[in-house]
Amino acid sequence: MATIIELTLNGRKRVDAVPGNRLLLDYLRETVGLTGTKTGCDGGECGACTVLVDDEPTLSCLTLAGTVAGKRVDTIEALGKGGSLSAVQRGFHEKLGSQCGYCTPGFIMASAGLLRRNPRPTEAEIRQALGSNICRCTGYVKIIEAVKYASHLLATREAAAP
Amino acid sequence: MNEIVPAHTIGGYVPMVDGPDKVSGRARYTADFVAPGMLAGRIYRSPYAHAEIIEVDVSEAAKLPGVLGIVTGTDCDKPFGVLPIARNEYPLARDKVRYKGEPVAAVAAIDDATAAKAIRLIKMKVRELPAYFKAADALAPGAAQLHEKKPGNVERDVLFELGSVADGFAGADLVCEATYNCAEVCQNQMEMHAAVADYDGVRDRMTVHASTQVPYYVHLMLAQILDMDMSKIRVIKPFVGGGFGCRTECLNVELIAALLARKVGGAVRMMISREDTFITHRGRPETDIRMKIGLTKAGKITAVECECTQRGGAHSGYGVVTILYSGSMLYAIYDLHNVKYIGKRVLTNTPPCGAFRGHGTVDVRFAFESLLDQMAGQLNLDPLELRRANLLEAPTFTDNDLMVNSYGLPECIDWVERESGWKTRKGTLPKGKGLGFACSHYISGASKPVNWTGEPHATVKLKLDFDGSIVVLTGAAEIGQGSSTILVQTVAEVLGLDIARVRIVSGDSEVVPKDNGSYSSRVTFIVGNAAIDAANKLKGLLVAAAARRLEAEPGDIECLGEVYRAGAQDKGLTFEEVVVEALKDEGTITVTGTYSTIPESHGGKKYRGAAIGGTMGYSYSAQVVEVTVDEETGEVSVDKVWVAHDCGKALNRLTVEGQVQGSVWMGMGQAMSEEAGYHDGLMVTANMLDYRVPTIQDSPPIEVGIVESNDPHGPFGAKEAGEGSLAAFLPALTNAIADATGLRFNDLPVTPDRVFAAVDRRQRIRPGSDPSPRPLVFNNADGGEGSDPVPNGSA
Repeated sequence: MATIIELTLNGRKRVDAVPGNRLLLDYLRETVGLTGTKTGCDGGECGACTVLVDDEPTLSCLTLAGTVAGKRVDTIEALGKGGSLSAVQRGFHEKLGSQCGYCTPGFIMASAGLLRRNPRPTEAEIRQALGSNICRCTGYVKIIEAVKYASHLLATREAAAP
Repeated sequence: MNEIVPAHTIGGYVPMVDGPDKVSGRARYTADFVAPGMLAGRIYRSPYAHAEIIEVDVSEAAKLPGVLGIVTGTDCDKPFGVLPIARNEYPLARDKVRYKGEPVAAVAAIDDATAAKAIRLIKMKVRELPAYFKAADALAPGAAQLHEKKPGNVERDVLFELGSVADGFAGADLVCEATYNCAEVCQNQMEMHAAVADYDGVRDRMTVHASTQVPYYVHLMLAQILDMDMSKIRVIKPFVGGGFGCRTECLNVELIAALLARKVGGAVRMMISREDTFITHRGRPETDIRMKIGLTKAGKITAVECECTQRGGAHSGYGVVTILYSGSMLYAIYDLHNVKYIGKRVLTNTPPCGAFRGHGTVDVRFAFESLLDQMAGQLNLDPLELRRANLLEAPTFTDNDLMVNSYGLPECIDWVERESGWKTRKGTLPKGKGLGFACSHYISGASKPVNWTGEPHATVKLKLDFDGSIVVLTGAAEIGQGSSTILVQTVAEVLGLDIARVRIVSGDSEVVPKDNGSYSSRVTFIVGNAAIDAANKLKGLLVAAAARRLEAEPGDIECLGEVYRAGAQDKGLTFEEVVVEALKDEGTITVTGTYSTIPESHGGKKYRGAAIGGTMGYSYSAQVVEVTVDEETGEVSVDKVWVAHDCGKALNRLTVEGQVQGSVWMGMGQAMSEEAGYHDGLMVTANMLDYRVPTIQDSPPIEVGIVESNDPHGPFGAKEAGEGSLAAFLPALTNAIADATGLRFNDLPVTPDRVFAAVDRRQRIRPGSDPSPRPLVFNNADGGEGSDPVPNGSA
């Protein structure tokens, strides 16, 4: 049976009817049409589908859509304001934290979640926060540089938000 | 006016031109092309490893409400395959199934849940046949044959001897032989396979969105499978979430999607699960290698004998090419003579292998560099000095006629020696720590394309229009490696323009010229040269137009990018003014640039398949790996990697670094944790937890040194950067472990349990603290019993 959920998705209120077994990932991609969030595995293995639920990095492939009722959900499409890139987006673009780009939305959302709660993370904290996201292109070296650079942009106020 | 300088990015750190799309979620990959009313496709896969098909019963599935179409092997009797000489695979199995997971039938339904339910209603009647999951079993006398035309289940036997290995070994001071085994590995690119096929029944046209490295090959195979005129087909390659060789051939996925779309007369989206993406396979085959090398006391290589057996899987794929590369690419890195190669590619009842990054070269390089390191120890030679005793001198041709024009390996070795502190640190690290060294190389595009049509090897078109924008039209497949960025930079550089003026359209057969695709690291070199040619032609037109306006001779026109002028005192014309003049004759300008490799690079005919390693330019890599081994737990940590890569000229230092780091890291996965495991022919590691990819927590800093040997034929001197550094990591790692522990692992991956078991066995073989400098050698095949490396036939 479908239930009605109200949530704040990327800063906008939405009301949708979702079947009880609908995953948040499928709700975002198929119901809403926000395809920036990616499916990379058969469930909980890769982190590509990471979104923020009340600022907390969350695997949308292991979350039922019904459970985010009343909450704030942010996807990759929420970042960057007025046509500019957010600090984390700039980091991943300018430092080449993204090659094929498929894992990138998940990494960026996990990194944004980290920087929202800890704007000056150590390298160990970055590795810890991104430990359940898989990238197959970069070897992670430039992903770490990207997050450090995003932190720097926030500290120097060159970017307003993670 | 004298201050005007043309814009310039070549050699700089340039973020990718499509980066903003990727970091904003705007980049659309195949599965993102969903349209209202689109059907969902699902595949029914064989639960049998080897069987004759008696019946595929889809009647119950067809009755399920919401099912709109079903296809089976009877819907297509045309085989496909990347090599014109080895097409023996059907999109949906006919007569026989040859591996667990081979597609047998497919369903199109109103939604994925209905399609999944329909799949469960399909039944299959078979007569089971003996199945072989190991190369040796498939080769055994009397084994049932997988394919009619492949007696003995041998896809290809290769044998060559150039020079005389008997003479070479006789002239050696030390001859050693060892066996190696490298597990099968999968690309496991982040984007799972997907295809969207849309059939227009009114006009009999097929449009396919495919996640591929080779849209042109997909186009060819669609025409063949659908028995449609090529002109009726359109292939679109949107953003692709990684390839690594998995997608260098048309896969069954896009073909099945198209068969379903035509059956239902509409659009079908096929999204393949991670498990089935693994099972579609196309990774690197399990490889057994026997390597024998002769050395003089000074470390000069006198002879090499290499026997290589690959478990190829159920169909041919790229198999013939892989087994040939494994032999021919013994050459072109060191000065080798007296080489014998015995290669065997075997058909087995496992998913078909393919052309994984470093195609054909990686496992043999692992064996070669491992044995060299072991022998350096026995001769008391520094491993770097041993390599230095065997360097080539470019330009040269190898004994198998491979053309080497630029050769930065000496500088690569120097760089890692210096940066890693090799001279002072090697042998002085605390207990449990070690340093290892190795080299590798790769081609910059195969000099002969797979489909030899007589056309140029690459064609690039440029469009210049009224708005002053330049659009690069290319079929070169951007898959994350940065080919679009390189081509934009290349065109902008020749014209002296800011890269913001240049846009690129790639990967839509309706718009762009054909390209062979992104494989064998061909794009920068081959398509890049075509882009330079096109840009020079456009520049010629613009200079002529400026000369007309300025009433000067074209030879006197100075092109400064945004300004064209006749001498430093001339105010000149803006780029926009030149464009207005240039468009006067025929309006919108298009120019075509082409590139073809030179015949000297095609390899000779000294043995069958010799041409396979032919390329215009070889890249070179040297690596030092530092490890810490915890003998209590068997855990190996890579503390740091120093890698130097000779890419000829770094067109974009940022993307070169990214490519080199990515390939080193991918080598680390193969060396330390990745392994496709089977139970009774079923891949049981088909997920990202059991197929263990290194996480950010496991991954070391990788310091990249860029060596620029300026290849005489490369675009601005460039060669490849994305594959050549993978192979060296594997032996550099095991050499480092041998340095740290005295334990030499000849079988991959070196997992903690294998290290732990080896430490345990050493305790039994050499109890107490081990004073012996001789390493113990471990092969898993012999039960992991350690043995002393015995030189045979040493003088």
